[in-house]
Amino acid sequence: MRYPNSSKPGRGAKRAVQDKTAIAGVGATPYYRRGESLPQTEQELACKAILNALEDAGLTTDDLDGFAIYSGSVDPAQIGSMLGVPEIRFAAGLTSGGGGAAGALGLAASAIVTGQAEVVVTLLTLQQAARRLGGTQVSGRRGGGGGGGGNPYGAGGVPPSMAFQVTSGAIAPGHSFSLLTQRHMHLYGTKREHLAEVVISQRNNAMTRPTAFKRDPLTVDDYFNARMISDPLCVLDYTQENDGAVALITTSAERARDLRHPPVYITASTHGGMGRWGSAIFGYFQMPDEYFASSGHRPVARRLYDMAGLGPKDIDVALLYDHFSPLVIMQLEDYGFCGIGEGGPFVADGNIRYGSGSIPVNTHGGHLSEAYIIGMTHMREAVEQLRGQAVNQVRGAEVALVTGGPAGLPVSGTILRR
Amino acid sequence: MSENRQGVVPALLEEPFADAYTEPFWTAALEGRLSVPRCTNCGTFRLPPGPFCFECRHQEVDWVDLPGTGTIYTFTVVRHPLRPDLQDVVPYVAAVVELDGTQGAGARMTVNIVDCDPEAVRIGDKVKIKWDKVSETFAVPRFVPI
Repeated sequence: MRYPNSSKPGRGAKRAVQDKTAIAGVGATPYYRRGESLPQTEQELACKAILNALEDAGLTTDDLDGFAIYSGSVDPAQIGSMLGVPEIRFAAGLTSGGGGAAGALGLAASAIVTGQAEVVVTLLTLQQAARRLGGTQVSGRRGGGGGGGGNPYGAGGVPPSMAFQVTSGAIAPGHSFSLLTQRHMHLYGTKREHLAEVVISQRNNAMTRPTAFKRDPLTVDDYFNARMISDPLCVLDYTQENDGAVALITTSAERARDLRHPPVYITASTHGGMGRWGSAIFGYFQMPDEYFASSGHRPVARRLYDMAGLGPKDIDVALLYDHFSPLVIMQLEDYGFCGIGEGGPFVADGNIRYGSGSIPVNTHGGHLSEAYIIGMTHMREAVEQLRGQAVNQVRGAEVALVTGGPAGLPVSGTILRR
Repeated sequence: MSENRQGVVPALLEEPFADAYTEPFWTAALEGRLSVPRCTNCGTFRLPPGPFCFECRHQEVDWVDLPGTGTIYTFTVVRHPLRPDLQDVVPYVAAVVELDGTQGAGARMTVNIVDCDPEAVRIGDKVKIKWDKVSETFAVPRFVPI
């Protein structure tokens, strides 16, 4: 494969970042079904999560001085004034959407190791009453979901690329991921039985978790009886839609060691992707053959392991962004837990099961069965696992992988350790 | 909405909202021609048409009429109507098609496959373009099995 030599940036960042910062606090609102968080406002949910995370760390808004976000989830200007933050010294976000989830922690770490800020919050707040993420293309205009131009100074209107996309009928993220999955099945023999194993494994994890919305047992028969949405994906392969907010507080490792909980160190964090991955599933579909049917994470994973000085065998628990079940399989391949194209048989062999598998995946139930707060629930679970407080605690868990995306570029990965 | 029929995704747009780079494509479309820009430096086709070749950064192109045939690279059968106007349209097929005469990636088209049995569509199927003129200024490219 023609991936660029990435050892250099990995090594440089390794020295600068590795374990120099840590997550010191995690906080959340309750999770709600879509639209049921009203009459609270979206910013109110964000502020509640931030206050809970600061409290968890043993800090206050007087300590908070940075925002490292993704998906444009909040405007730090509004949050800063709403909470009376004394001074904001860092306010930045990764571009695009949920692909930046895990990578926002790398942004927080960068802010701290370069001395720009000391206590940085990463968060996502979501209230889908007025707008639906990944909405369909209606009236020739894109819905949300991170694929838009995002330039507030743009002229607006219908972009010239739209006429090439909107008439196809592939009008929602689920359709796009169906296109990737169908190709993966064609190339590698991946089957719906394999997707079912991802869904059922995660459902089993959610059954014991009070914050999960889907806790009913699920059988293979249930899976095959579920309504098809866009072949080869059925309704159980799609994420839920929820409201809520989750926030994480990152600070220097040194300061974290004096706070309330044992630090969860940020060992490595990378984001990006091949240039021609581009906007990928957001109407693009021009990715080269060698990685069309992938999660887009392969180069990000390579740099992540370089930066951490670790490999897939060192990961004790993997929290893989799961808006759609087949993308768990493609990430298992791209993060090296199995060979490219071998993800289906890998999960069928029981490898991702909590309690018995070689790499427990989404021990909280994931977006599919717990709740969908665009990647933040995975980061929360990583922290709980490494504090030894998880509902489905992986015994002796020391190193966790958490990812954001698959989506348009950037996608991201972070390795945390206790 | 009464004109909607199963398998055919409504166009939504009545004009292509073209810019200087995409306009020749839509002008040819009105004449029933599939015309695609090819880099004059390295011969790489690009869709949607844009200002730079992604292989060599060259700007100048030749517009080349293609035969309008291709192969299904991947597809989905959409069964759930996401908009009210799709109620009578599902199930329909949305596919990525690689065009004969091009290098494939970088010049694919994401299109609605019509006049087909959705249950019979497979990757690798040969298809050809069928223009659907929806207004005086916009002809939608759809593909049919051959």
